[in-house]
Amino acid sequence: MHRESIRRLWSRLDPRGPWRGLSPLERRRAVWGWVFLSPWLVGFLVFYLIPMVASLVFSFTNFNLNQPEQIRFIGLENYRQLLTDPLVRRSLWITVRFMLFSVPISILVPLALAALLNARSLWGKRVFRTLFYMPTVVPLISAIYIWQGFLNARTGWLNRFLAWLGIKGPDWLNSVTWVYPALILIGLWGMGNAMLTMLAAMQNVPRELYEAAAIDGAGPFRRFLHITLPLITPVIFYNLVLSIIGHFQYFIIPWVLLGPNGDPGGATLFFNLYLFKVAFVYVNMGYGATLAWLLFLLALGVTILLFGTARYWVYYPAGEER
Amino acid sequence: MSRKPYVPSGYAWTSSAYPARQWRRLVAVAGVTLFALILLLGYLSPFGYMVATAFKDRQMMAKPNAPLWPAVEATYTYTGPELQVKLGSRTYRVVPGKTYPLYRVPTEEGIRNLALVIKRRKESYFIDPQRPEQGLIRWQGNWRKLQPVWQFRPKWENFVKAWHEINFPRLLRNTFAIAVIGAIGTLISSTLVAYGFARFRFPGRNVLFIILIGTIILPGQVTLVPTYAFFARIGWVGTWLPLTVPHFFANAYNVFLLRQFFLAIPRELDEAAMIDGAGPFRILWSIVLPQAWPALVTVFLFHFMWAWNDYFYPYIYLSTRPDLQPISVGIYTYNAMYFSQPHMIQATALMGLVVPVVIFFLAQRAFMRGVIFTGVEK
Repeated sequence: MHRESIRRLWSRLDPRGPWRGLSPLERRRAVWGWVFLSPWLVGFLVFYLIPMVASLVFSFTNFNLNQPEQIRFIGLENYRQLLTDPLVRRSLWITVRFMLFSVPISILVPLALAALLNARSLWGKRVFRTLFYMPTVVPLISAIYIWQGFLNARTGWLNRFLAWLGIKGPDWLNSVTWVYPALILIGLWGMGNAMLTMLAAMQNVPRELYEAAAIDGAGPFRRFLHITLPLITPVIFYNLVLSIIGHFQYFIIPWVLLGPNGDPGGATLFFNLYLFKVAFVYVNMGYGATLAWLLFLLALGVTILLFGTARYWVYYPAGEER
Repeated sequence: MSRKPYVPSGYAWTSSAYPARQWRRLVAVAGVTLFALILLLGYLSPFGYMVATAFKDRQMMAKPNAPLWPAVEATYTYTGPELQVKLGSRTYRVVPGKTYPLYRVPTEEGIRNLALVIKRRKESYFIDPQRPEQGLIRWQGNWRKLQPVWQFRPKWENFVKAWHEINFPRLLRNTFAIAVIGAIGTLISSTLVAYGFARFRFPGRNVLFIILIGTIILPGQVTLVPTYAFFARIGWVGTWLPLTVPHFFANAYNVFLLRQFFLAIPRELDEAAMIDGAGPFRILWSIVLPQAWPALVTVFLFHFMWAWNDYFYPYIYLSTRPDLQPISVGIYTYNAMYFSQPHMIQATALMGLVVPVVIFFLAQRAFMRGVIFTGVEK
């Protein structure tokens, strides 16, 4: 083992490449490894790397899908437009502001629900788990139409229920204020995966810890705060990353529910709606690619930032380095 | 750690502390379960709205006081002898075999469901459907202020209509075909790639694995424009190829899930087979895969559900070919035209979710285990 690692280290320093330090058998196995990876390597090249580079190249051109032969380089023109385009700023702000509310809710609500489903006093846990998960498997397009009817100001059940309580419900989908809570509500139907993974993580917390804490006099709330929560931070982190990435790609719900112009009054013209409009309605793919790259850099930056904070709050079992 | 002293259960009732504790526990169980039940009802209430609306008659939509459930206004077909009444300058006739609407009429005996046979502005005449032989019942007041009697009647015709109008069999066939072809593709390719990552050591493996996982955070929009231009160039727009072929080149989630599963399978059998002269493909096929079938089922299910759900890519690649579109696009196109008919919209929404929801209930174990496997077991 020791000799192995020294040879490995040596092979890394070997200017003739890492393959040189391998024995014939190891080399044959290594070739097999690359053979098995080849579907993904090809896929990565064709569907990720080349399109990304092409996207970057497009962003320096006036590429228009209707007149592809007229493509020419226009230097930084698209980027200049990016900085001055008021709709870029507006749609970005709409997206970021929505994220500030929606991302925490997309973590806290499934967390609370998982805690409830993990409660010792809950009867019929598995049935509850299945039924709370169920909306997540409903195809998005069906879910959107269901909510569209459910949130209707006059005939929808939500406002009928509110009226029964004596509250006059807002016109959810036509109000520039209430449309955001409505979108967050719809988003909650997709929380199943977060809830399920958090619940599984809670069930993995060793019982001894709770017993020890109970002996020390910690109540249920403090046990949750000081034992459960720290121990499931890896899963919270995982879901947080997925939620933020998901929000950067937020598109279909507002597009189907409220139309391509981001009704009411452009209040839901999220960044991706604008991007879609530029690239596929105006077929200005050069500028569309520029917007897409801006989105990519923002998503990448936020993810890196998030991973940077991980070591301050995410728990990893002792001796395990990521 | 000290263990609790063993207390035989029979003793529990003799000790005064135990019944109190059990009562407290019972109250806690009832309270928490009730709370969860209310929460669940609220969470699933949009389903209730959908089902109720999908079965409603179109006439119900415009009526302000219509009930929440699917119903029709009840009627009564008069069976008694023909009646003639002269009121003012007009003669009214109540004819056997004619159908009259039922109303909830307040009388001295409380609210009665009566058939309205003669409508006048200040007074009306009713017939009691239970006792038609009693003849006309005079009632003073404006009949327009009365509430109609609603009768539970789910309207199955909505689904028949939607079935034909969206061409449901065609949508179903297209969706199934796209989903199954893609699932097979991702199953084959992701298995190979995951096997490569799980069982072989080679230079660059860790870097490649990080890149693979990194593709998860890549917004699809970045690759969309060139990919679309490329597919348009080679004539694939308007075919299923852009929706199926890319899945034959593995996908980060599936590779990750399968790799984790393969890592958990002991290597001893692999090594024994290797000594017997089996090649890597043979080991994968006859040793690893038979032990990994739960993971394979999960990957198949995930892809199937994903493809069923997928709306955006079919929409952009098949917008000119309604005959090839899957159900998500079919429902969208239909509802964009019929936005003023909530009952039809909800009927199509229901038709769109039946298959995935049924599959979920049938395979919920495999499904939820897969979700947990990708999220928790890092």
